[in-house]
Amino acid sequence: MRYLPLTQSDRDAMLSVIGAASIDDLFVDVPPAARLDGPVHDLPNHASELAVERHMTALARQNVVAGEVPFFLGAGAYRHHVPASVDHLIQRGEFLTAYTPYQPEIAQGTLQMLFEFQTQVARLLGTDVANASMYDGSTACWEAIGMARRITKKAKAILSSGLHPHYVSVAKTMAKYTGDLLDTAVPQLTAETDLDRLIAAIDDETSCVVVQYPDILGRIADLRPLADACHAKKALLIAVVTEPVALGALTSPGEMDADIVVGEGQSLGVGLQFGGPYVGLFGCKDKYVRQMPGRLCGETVDANGKRGFVLTLSTREQHIRREKATSNICTNSGLCALAFSIHMTLLGEKGLRGLAMLNHRKAVAAADRLAQVPGVSVVNTGFFNEFTLTLPVEARPVVRTLADRGILAGVSLGRLYPGEADLANGLVVAVTETTTGEDVETLAAALQEVLA
Amino acid sequence: MSINQSGWRPAMTAAGDAAPSLTFTGNRALMLEEALIFEIGDSETTGVDLADTLVGEDRLAGLARATPIGLPGLSEPETVRHYTRLSRQNYAIDLGLFPLGSCTMKHNPRLNEKVARLPGFADVHPLAPVDTVQGALGVINELAVWLIKLTGMHGVAMSPKAGAHGELCGILCIKAALEKRGEGHRKVILVPESAHGTNPATAAFAGFTVEDIPATPDGRVDTDALKARLGPDVAAVMITNPNTCGLFERDLKAISDAVHAAGGYVYCDGANFNAIVGRVRPGDLGVDAMHINLHKTFSTPHGGGGPGSGPVVLSKALSPFGPLPFTARMADGHIQLIEEETAGDDHPDTFGRMTAFHGQMGMFTRALTYILSHGADGLKQVAEDAVLNANYVLRSLEDVLDAPFAGAGPCMHEALFSDANLADGFSTLDVAKGLIDEGFHPMTVYFPLVVHGAMLVEPTETESKAALDQFIGALRSVAERAKAGDPALKSAPHFAPRARLDETLAARKPVLVWKERPAA
Repeated sequence: MRYLPLTQSDRDAMLSVIGAASIDDLFVDVPPAARLDGPVHDLPNHASELAVERHMTALARQNVVAGEVPFFLGAGAYRHHVPASVDHLIQRGEFLTAYTPYQPEIAQGTLQMLFEFQTQVARLLGTDVANASMYDGSTACWEAIGMARRITKKAKAILSSGLHPHYVSVAKTMAKYTGDLLDTAVPQLTAETDLDRLIAAIDDETSCVVVQYPDILGRIADLRPLADACHAKKALLIAVVTEPVALGALTSPGEMDADIVVGEGQSLGVGLQFGGPYVGLFGCKDKYVRQMPGRLCGETVDANGKRGFVLTLSTREQHIRREKATSNICTNSGLCALAFSIHMTLLGEKGLRGLAMLNHRKAVAAADRLAQVPGVSVVNTGFFNEFTLTLPVEARPVVRTLADRGILAGVSLGRLYPGEADLANGLVVAVTETTTGEDVETLAAALQEVLA
Repeated sequence: MSINQSGWRPAMTAAGDAAPSLTFTGNRALMLEEALIFEIGDSETTGVDLADTLVGEDRLAGLARATPIGLPGLSEPETVRHYTRLSRQNYAIDLGLFPLGSCTMKHNPRLNEKVARLPGFADVHPLAPVDTVQGALGVINELAVWLIKLTGMHGVAMSPKAGAHGELCGILCIKAALEKRGEGHRKVILVPESAHGTNPATAAFAGFTVEDIPATPDGRVDTDALKARLGPDVAAVMITNPNTCGLFERDLKAISDAVHAAGGYVYCDGANFNAIVGRVRPGDLGVDAMHINLHKTFSTPHGGGGPGSGPVVLSKALSPFGPLPFTARMADGHIQLIEEETAGDDHPDTFGRMTAFHGQMGMFTRALTYILSHGADGLKQVAEDAVLNANYVLRSLEDVLDAPFAGAGPCMHEALFSDANLADGFSTLDVAKGLIDEGFHPMTVYFPLVVHGAMLVEPTETESKAALDQFIGALRSVAERAKAGDPALKSAPHFAPRARLDETLAARKPVLVWKERPAA
């Protein structure tokens, strides 16, 4: 076995030092009835690197690769170009094969990176502070709802109808057990978001309002009136950003007085990866930092007065507080945070803002082109790089038909909201810097044919 | 002439005759200081070239960004150098033995990395039509089958994002099963004192009351105390096996039988499954739910703190309650994705969705690659070599360090020592910091809580005998210094990129983001 360095003579010598006659003597505490007499039945034995690579490559070939076809899927996961140096750097063994930085003297690389990441994230989200990452956007979202309950000591959370339906599902799952009361709704195919509904629903029992920006249909709304309405009732505004590149072009939620801003960081550095691992972003106002879940990295000095970094405020965390912790989260998404941070460093202010405007203008052009297809209209008046089309027929079969033609046309609302007849004709289309004009033409032409 | 392995030549003096105490840069040869990106980057520099932005109107709903974000940029060469320099301030399994008990720092095979980056896995969207992602669903399904067979369980939930998320998944399955039985009043979860902190945190999150179960003097769960506490208010027990003292819970089957007889469920924390994989199936011990840390047992990289991946294997009793989505292979070989829409008929009791998409796909490809490389025979050898290495460390050091449970028999995959033999004023922390100067990452310290000044050493199966011997020599040397009261140990590490860091200051005056300092 290529990954096991011990030779049989090593094993014999070590058993002799231990004073055991055989390896079985070391498993003596396993009750006889539970001991297997050989390798687990009905499973193959070891295989060469070549054989395993062939097997896995054959599986990989059964998938349609996003980069090889006209591709318009978004709805919480976006395809962006990731510079080659990002993947090279995260594969350095000192990053890839390090553990959580519990021994800071020999983990300053990870710790300094996390400090830089926290600062980048806080600035992007417009919050005072940010943590060292969560699993993904959807889990960051329900952690934020729990955090609002702890801060306000109230349990009613109002979820915007524009919040990603899978994020709503996750929150519903957790609410069954935490006692949070969720006010939810499905979106309507209108240019306006449900801001008015949210403001009207806020009452004295409300812990928080959760709003996605841009929302699941790609719409954008000014959050300031909502923030004011929340604060008037001592509720918190939680903003959810599933496409962080948008904040290169848009006013950040923190600037609009959101109290907690969470997000999915996958767009930058991480890649699609069929849904994971991704990286949850989590920022908030300074005054709430001690109720924040997850790890935090902080600056300090060493015994010689040199600047250094450590994990800090761990009295919020499970390994210290056990059942009184702010969250049970332990391992988070460090390597994806690194990829995010490197990509952000490569972009910088100029690059991120340029990338954002490139996305936006391409999306505007695509929306205008697709609106020319007979029977197709664009729901949104405002959007960033994603917008919703209404088709004259149900969108889901159209998506399947186009997939058969080698076009991944977008995410149908029938997939996201099965059973909601009013949404069945909706198609969410994402356009990024990776989308070419030719891709848009191909989609428009195919859509016209299929709808004809 | 033999090679002087320490690299030291007899003619050299300890400090070096004329070594300057300071350098202009603060660097010391290959030990390079590195400023923050906020100090070396600026808002005009970028490391990417973008296509020209199209000319046109904006439709940003009047919300176009009006203020700078405040992001520094670096060119590509500066970026590569910044992160390369940072990386060199980290210890890593690629550099040497990383004996963190319970964390399982084993070699990360590079084939796994190569496979995970195949475009057919890395560049696939989670909401792509199911017919276009049959290979990705195939990976999830194939890994699921392996996990079920290796554990002897009935089903598996693949979507949990890490171990603690898996614990939550298992506990939510238990809660849903109890509610289905009309026994939602069972509110107590019993957790041994030696458990990971995530266990009580998870139980409390799900609305349960946590009660501690004491340990016996030989480091195992006090079975009598546990059985005595069982009753109509107990929902479940959470037991780690092998436990955090590195010992197999001999009575687990008897405990499971008693818990089941009392109407409860058995959750097993599978963080240490690597010690028994291929040799023992938790399903044979009566376990109802167990998470598997793919980043421990199945070698997916820890990445400086994640991503993890925590699939949960489930008994027949709990499988109906597992989360969405999951995969099902049809008779014609087609793999179906069971989501909210399709769950209604076949899976009505699911407790719901835990995460937006399908779980940690990038970890599934790596773990499956690792599993196929080892096969059933190789995985059995993994457990055996892991246990052999840990016992070798235990028996090689029990004369110099107190090993509280060594007298009772062999350990499993990790060796536990206490601070009982150290000189007055010397602590486990001093031993750990001394090991840093010897070029090793320290063991897990002060955990489990049931042993004073615990030092938990897990070498894993991917260490050679030579590497173990060098580590044993280093730890022996440091332990002897701690027993002799060597004052230099109190200020260790001396040769690391940083001396001991002031954690109290960090917590008292938290500085969590970089801010521009006013000019001095």
